[in-house]
Amino acid sequence: MEGSEEKALTLTATSVPSLTNHPLVCGPAFTSLKVGVGHRLDAQASGVLVLGVGHGRSLLTDMYNAHLTKDYTVRGLLGKATDDFCEDGRLVEKSTYDHVTREKLDRILALIQGSHQKALVMYSNLDLQTQEAYDMAVRGLIRPMNKSPMLITGIRCLHFAPPEFLLEVQCMHETQKQLRKLVHEIGLELKTTAVCSQVRRTRDGFFTLDDALLRTQWDIHSIQNAIQATAPRVAVELEKSLRPGLGTPAAPPP
Amino acid sequence: MALSAQQIPRWFNSVKLSSFITATQLGKQFQRRGKTLSHGFSAQPQVSSDNCFLPWGFKTYRTSSLWNSSQSTNSSRQEISSAQSALLPSVNEQTQKTQKIPSFDSELSLEALDDLPPLSPLQPVSEEEAIQIIADPPLPPDTFTLRDYVDHSETLQKLVLLGVDLSKIEKHPDAANLLLRLDFEKDIKEILVFLKDLGIEDNQLGTYLTKNYAIFSEDLENLKTRVAYLQSKNFSKAHIAQMVRNAPFLLSFSVERLDNRLGFFQKELELSVKKTRDLIVRLPRLLTGSLEPVKENMKVYRLELGFKHNEIQHMITQVPKMLTANKRKLTEIFDYVHNVMSIPHHLIVRFPQVFNTRLFKIKERHLFLTYLGRAQYDPTKLNYISLDKLVSVPDEIFCEEIAKASVQDFEKFLKTL
Repeated sequence: MEGSEEKALTLTATSVPSLTNHPLVCGPAFTSLKVGVGHRLDAQASGVLVLGVGHGRSLLTDMYNAHLTKDYTVRGLLGKATDDFCEDGRLVEKSTYDHVTREKLDRILALIQGSHQKALVMYSNLDLQTQEAYDMAVRGLIRPMNKSPMLITGIRCLHFAPPEFLLEVQCMHETQKQLRKLVHEIGLELKTTAVCSQVRRTRDGFFTLDDALLRTQWDIHSIQNAIQATAPRVAVELEKSLRPGLGTPAAPPP
Repeated sequence: MALSAQQIPRWFNSVKLSSFITATQLGKQFQRRGKTLSHGFSAQPQVSSDNCFLPWGFKTYRTSSLWNSSQSTNSSRQEISSAQSALLPSVNEQTQKTQKIPSFDSELSLEALDDLPPLSPLQPVSEEEAIQIIADPPLPPDTFTLRDYVDHSETLQKLVLLGVDLSKIEKHPDAANLLLRLDFEKDIKEILVFLKDLGIEDNQLGTYLTKNYAIFSEDLENLKTRVAYLQSKNFSKAHIAQMVRNAPFLLSFSVERLDNRLGFFQKELELSVKKTRDLIVRLPRLLTGSLEPVKENMKVYRLELGFKHNEIQHMITQVPKMLTANKRKLTEIFDYVHNVMSIPHHLIVRFPQVFNTRLFKIKERHLFLTYLGRAQYDPTKLNYISLDKLVSVPDEIFCEEIAKASVQDFEKFLKTL
């Protein structure tokens, strides 16, 4: 101000040292991060849970609309029945299970898969009389693209050592509670009782256990690497699912 | 006419004032500012540079409002700021000038009324005059952040340079107001010197003050009495410094309260005086925190978990944090360790660190060892794995030495849980 005596006034921009933008005065620059969650996972269940961070949350809706199947391993225990189908629930009934064999279990599972196959076709609103629909059904590519009750596309027994048994279930539009109820119903069909001791999701769409981050890997670098590694795959899969093709897009990777 | 109007701000500029944010003046000026605002006084550019003439800036604004013409362009502000860079670093201690302000205010207003004919704000002004008008945004009368005031308050600037985190203090509005009104030379400096005498280093002062900003409202004599009391209880000077650093609120507690707390721990734990002292030095939080959780935890250990009194004493001297741990977590950990891992009481007493770890860590490692068949916790048998090695070592050492497996195997196993 004192120096502005001369005739020709010039304007110069200078910056004055100021403390208004000092980190100790403003606080941290980034305070919150928006995270969205994909398909729900129970508190008692474990496995793959897909999260979307920041702008990736919009991809979560796309993934939901792609209606891909999920893989679960379900561990069951014969001989008990509880009120919430879990091992630590209130005991309702106890029964013997000596009569249960592997063949009986496999037969029950095949029955379940067959009935759900019918439901699959019905809920996907396809006219099975057309040649294309028939081809797709033969290849196993049919699935409903809108809301439907729980549908099991595949179920088989991996391990049977009474009283324990291990099932692998491929399903869609499910909740973990329905899976536990399924174990209970399998027990009833086998003329005994069963509870579910573990539900674990091994695959959610195109995210498998290998992509999953452990608790020790919950830091910024691992998360960034994981996002960058799966980004191309996500883009490819979502594009495939958006491509029109008789309403049923390409099958999810096995 | 216009020129005389310009001369006055320049004259004001040459008056250099020191820390003008004193308690009374600040209150007065802000109130007046509020009043002028409420009278529909729109925020026109005013004659005030930032750290020089704030107190009377408002006053002149009110009386000489009319000639305060139009455009506060950004260009004018920048030009002014370049000129004022010379002013900012030179903040002199001129307290006599602050006393001069009231008289000079009245002189000024009279002069202003005589010399300056009322100028309409809509009167056109030449470019040069427009550039020379100093236009700074006014200080907000109330705000939720200290950012607006930090450039104008020497106290705040010195605190930031010490390392105090103002963004945390501004979350407590009464604390922020207190800091604004305090004078660095008079109040704050003495307390800082006292803290340094106590043994807190320069670089630790910042974190200390961020936590315990209320120490500035304490009386220096009280602080000295409390330190003397602690010394009378045979805490060495280094210990006292360490305690104050780890529990910043320690010095804000009165002597009676500290006495009560120390007495409580003496009675409750029934330890010798020296051991109680060591315990307090290790975890001074015990003195500043609430006593209810400690009482509850003692009951939990005795009744629910079934430890004998001497066992509890031994565990507490090794891991003092057990006294303030969460009751639910303690019971969960104990339930898992005692019932699932089948470890008897006397082994748990020998390794109280298990109570300090997270439950999921214990579960993961135990399940991995059972899967490998190496879960042997009995000291009399072969391949014995002690509890402290189970919980306290980091993952890599655990995998290599104790589980004799690779870290990848451990991770793969974790993914199957």
